[in-house]
Amino acid sequence: MIASGPIPVRIHEIEQLSPTLKRFAFAPLHGGALPTPSAGAHVLVTLRHEGRVMKNAYSLVSPPESRERYEIIVRHVAQSRGGSRFLHQSVARGDVIEIGVPGNLFPLASKARKHLLIAGGIGITPLLSYVPALKARGARFELHQLCTADEAPVFEKLLAPHAAGEDIFIHGNGRAAFDLAGILARQPLGTHVYTCGPRALMDAVITSAAALGWPAGKIHRESFGDASGGLPFKAVLAKSGIEVQVADNQTLLEALEAQGIAAPCLCRGGACGECKLEVLDGEVEHRDDFLSAAEKASQKFIMPCVSRARTAQVVLDF
Amino acid sequence: MTLQFKPNETFRRDFTYRNSSAAILHFPFPFPEDQYMYSVNIEPHVKGGASPAYDHVFDVDEHYVAECRERAQVLAEDPKRCQVLPHMMAAQWDTLELLMENLAADYPAHFSLTKAGDLWTWINRPLGLHQSFTFGKAETLPCPPFEYITRQAQGDFTLQDQREDNLYVDGGMVTTQADWSFEFDIGMSFHEWHGPVPLAHEKGVFDRALKYLLRLQYGAPVRRLNWTMTINPRLDTSPENYPVWGPDKASVTPENVGQKVHLRVELQTLYRLPRSNAILFGIRCYLASLEEVARVPKWGKRLHRVLRDLHPDIEAYKGLPRFRQMAVDYLAPLDDGAELSKGIQSELTAL
Ligand code: HEM
Ligand code: FES
Repeated sequence: MIASGPIPVRIHEIEQLSPTLKRFAFAPLHGGALPTPSAGAHVLVTLRHEGRVMKNAYSLVSPPESRERYEIIVRHVAQSRGGSRFLHQSVARGDVIEIGVPGNLFPLASKARKHLLIAGGIGITPLLSYVPALKARGARFELHQLCTADEAPVFEKLLAPHAAGEDIFIHGNGRAAFDLAGILARQPLGTHVYTCGPRALMDAVITSAAALGWPAGKIHRESFGDASGGLPFKAVLAKSGIEVQVADNQTLLEALEAQGIAAPCLCRGGACGECKLEVLDGEVEHRDDFLSAAEKASQKFIMPCVSRARTAQVVLDF
Repeated sequence: MTLQFKPNETFRRDFTYRNSSAAILHFPFPFPEDQYMYSVNIEPHVKGGASPAYDHVFDVDEHYVAECRERAQVLAEDPKRCQVLPHMMAAQWDTLELLMENLAADYPAHFSLTKAGDLWTWINRPLGLHQSFTFGKAETLPCPPFEYITRQAQGDFTLQDQREDNLYVDGGMVTTQADWSFEFDIGMSFHEWHGPVPLAHEKGVFDRALKYLLRLQYGAPVRRLNWTMTINPRLDTSPENYPVWGPDKASVTPENVGQKVHLRVELQTLYRLPRSNAILFGIRCYLASLEEVARVPKWGKRLHRVLRDLHPDIEAYKGLPRFRQMAVDYLAPLDDGAELSKGIQSELTAL
């Protein structure tokens, strides 16, 4: 699959799983198949509401072979930044939204002898795509889901289609009753552990596993990565006097290109060095792998494909 | 585009391989500037651009049928050219899906793929193949999925597993390589398999390239061009077969250099695979004799300058010392010293 921009999808189905949980199914707007998703993948969902554009990442819960539709589960959070509230309250069946191509920063390890999955609450979502993939591969796994007592039946139901004969355990009595160290200690050599959920749980899994001598490469925590954006800023091109506004969800290179300025570039990922520009004024937040530490510290250069200004304005010798 | 295949071409013994005028213009000339040095020369693999070889995800050309036959011969002599470690099964299916879907979409006259759930039917008209199989069930194909589909593609392919912030070459179909051994490299990490390359390690090229690749996104493949020179249009220049092709270097003379010496370009593409999270690395090899390259005036002049001023360590690494000067002398009279445009485009619409 080669992507060409965001994918428009229609909300095909909305299911209320619990007072705060809804499952959304998306189908491709123009028919055909969606990109093959991977176990543990997430999509960036673009939501437009009252002039605001929100981009939220959600794990796909549909199995990797499902290309007719994707599913996500969203918790309505009281202090939501807007995305979850909007999805819960304002989105209806038949609405059209945009999603990105699935990305995966929480993939299954191909060489694991066994997979130990530990989730808390809504952190279950990536594991819902793991389980059918692991079963299809004939891989050994053990899943522990921590949750509140009232939500235990909800998660039991979500896992039920995969549960028969598997080591799937739901712990509805909170963390105190959960013997994390004991579970980690009795895993066979070559096991990988994956954790997703509240930060405190993920930290506990990582520190306990490390304390028991698990190698770092066998401990995985779910991540959606750093958002590529940042604060908006202004770039002033000294040679032409042109001023370019760089939006929060845009790179400096993209902003230059949007103005029709032919800025040099090649890899668009901070590695090749082609896009390097000289900085005359302003401070740079370096995000590239090209400049040396000394060059970065000098604040004399910027790689516009990935780096941004830390000040409201930067002046470039361009 | 209709392709006129040349099924009887050979890449060994009598070497009947030649490029048509269209194929010469299609050649991905690798030098955007008059000098060459290692760099992280990676860019997004999007359709279109400076070379017609970029117009399709997987480029198919007039040599397709002959190249697939050459691959089958190499495999018959040395089955270890195709190996995939057991933990790469998901990556095998990912590769099959990526190749079949893109070949069918890009070349509907030659390939077709139809699906009824997991039941897939693949038709490869140039090779006369018609195969129904169940996606995900290896026993429904005549050979494992990675081998099955890469036997039907031009260029080599390797599979990289990503773990512990590194890439490991854990699978491959390698029959058209420029003097490196897959059997030797299998299982190695990124810096290990790049061990023999001069200059680039010190310049940080491999550190930066690895970081970039670890972040490679599904749906956003990237590409780079690599090059060397080969005597005769021989695809299989493997270390295993050095006794067969090594002596060819001594056969170059000032009289035959234009026909014997070939610029060998690899269009390398890298794809993040969905199910396995592995990276597929395609190494699509193009061969053109100096005489063919020089039919594009810009390319003949630029090749002259690059070869004339090449860093001696790169010259030695690529195995050029025996004939580089003869190639420079052949090209020199074609180079009037005029300034050439930046970029690899031929600047011609027809030959
Ligand atoms: C991930 C997939 C890749 C594989 C499997 C691969 C494999 C190889 C191999 C086998 C060689 C020959 C080494 C020898 O002499 O034994 C080589 C050479 C080289 N590779 Fe890679 N490579 C990969 C990606 C890259 C990337 C992304 C770069 C970007 C800079 C790169 C840059 C080079 C360079 C500069 C050489 C020397 C080529 C020459 O002078 O002919 N490789 N690679
Ligand atoms: S385009 Fe390659 S470093 Fe910016």
